[in-house]
Amino acid sequence: MPVRERFQNELNDLQNKLLKLGNFSLDALEKSIEALETKNIDLALKVMEDDNEADLLEEEINDLAILLIATQQPVAIDLRRIIVAIKIASDIERIADFAVNIAKSTIRIGNEPLIKPIEHIKKMYEINRIMLNQALEAFNEDDIAKAKEVAEMDDQVDDLYGQTIKELLQKNQENPERISQITQLSFICRYLERAADHTTNIAEHVFYLVKGKRFNLNS
Amino acid sequence: MGTASISTEKVFDVNDLNLWYGDHLALKSINFPIYTNEVTAIIGPSGCGKSTFIKTLNLMINMIPNVKMSGEINYKGQNLLNEKTDLVELRKNVGMVFQKGNPFPQSIFDNIAYGPRIHGTKRKKDLDEIVEKSLIDVALWDEVKDRLNAPALGLSGGQQQRLCIARAMATKPDVLLMDEPTSALDPISTLKIEELILELKEKYTIVIVTHNMQQAARVSDKTAFFLMGELIELNSTAKIFSRPKDQRTEDYITGRFG
Repeated sequence: MPVRERFQNELNDLQNKLLKLGNFSLDALEKSIEALETKNIDLALKVMEDDNEADLLEEEINDLAILLIATQQPVAIDLRRIIVAIKIASDIERIADFAVNIAKSTIRIGNEPLIKPIEHIKKMYEINRIMLNQALEAFNEDDIAKAKEVAEMDDQVDDLYGQTIKELLQKNQENPERISQITQLSFICRYLERAADHTTNIAEHVFYLVKGKRFNLNS
Repeated sequence: MGTASISTEKVFDVNDLNLWYGDHLALKSINFPIYTNEVTAIIGPSGCGKSTFIKTLNLMINMIPNVKMSGEINYKGQNLLNEKTDLVELRKNVGMVFQKGNPFPQSIFDNIAYGPRIHGTKRKKDLDEIVEKSLIDVALWDEVKDRLNAPALGLSGGQQQRLCIARAMATKPDVLLMDEPTSALDPISTLKIEELILELKEKYTIVIVTHNMQQAARVSDKTAFFLMGELIELNSTAKIFSRPKDQRTEDYITGRFG
């Protein structure tokens, strides 16, 4: 007879809910960038409307985690997995909020033509997507090698962020009348840079889960 | 832990139950519904009345001298206190498992076959079937199938307790009462019994008295907290252990007293 089969099933359930939240945030981020690129205000509005779902999922994860701690007396890796799930849920939910912020900026830019192609922003998004996917895999598979790679990719996002902000500031000098759009694009860069930091946090949590020690991968 | 088995049918409905040991009022106006296919755990400090209460459900309490009761213990709509109750029949339907495995000094087979035999099952083939099914249900079959004629007292403590659960189940009860069924077992045997309880609730209604409130948290759907003969709080286990309503429940489960 497998011992603590139900508890194990509930831990799996917790893990699956977290992956679901992760996929939700990935999707929201993708839609927000698509809305920006195609000036699709309806899509931007949809990203904002749907965000409630991420909040509810995070609450569900927290409630289940609390219930498991209250009723199952988890210890060792079980306990770390539950604590880490709460923290990762918070990081992922924050990423969904960044998607909402990007959608809001998209709406503020409105139909005004973009001052420059958003290649760098798309590139930052693309790396974010790969990082988050991989961080979720690392969590799902207790794989610290994958988690480490996530942290390394964050450096690329930081570099792109530096370059893009520099370019935008230059554009601002050339076209001071476009300051409103340039500000919004700078915000979007900042949101993507922050999203990558939160994904790096997830990678750190995976280290803690597997090794039981804290690592700072963000520095 | 209670995965939401939503049950609305009551097996027991206890109303305004008072119980005296001589002059001492040991249970005070207990109102306690017990629903089918749920695990109901009863917790509380020593002397709170939890064992007394569980023993009222199959009237084992009547074996203690000078016990008086008032109120109603309705079992499937029949008040055990008013009507002439057939105790043999009642205890066939409401089985009981005790603190320590107490197999009869007989073979494994005869322990399980004991109940069905006294209730009239004589054919070897029928008994074989009951013994096998009961042992499978408690996940003991694979461990003992090659030595059914060996003495039951040769089994380990955890196996003896599972044997006693199988013995209680052999008469096809619909309720299993468990009074501290794991307090004499090691942690892994305890977890096995708990896993078994979670499986058995598909078919049986289970009431378990436990000193170990973590055990109540792990296995039950509902938890009842007794204190000095009163039922202080009866609620879903998830609520009792994450946000109890009564301050006394909170103080007890957080280890502030008791």
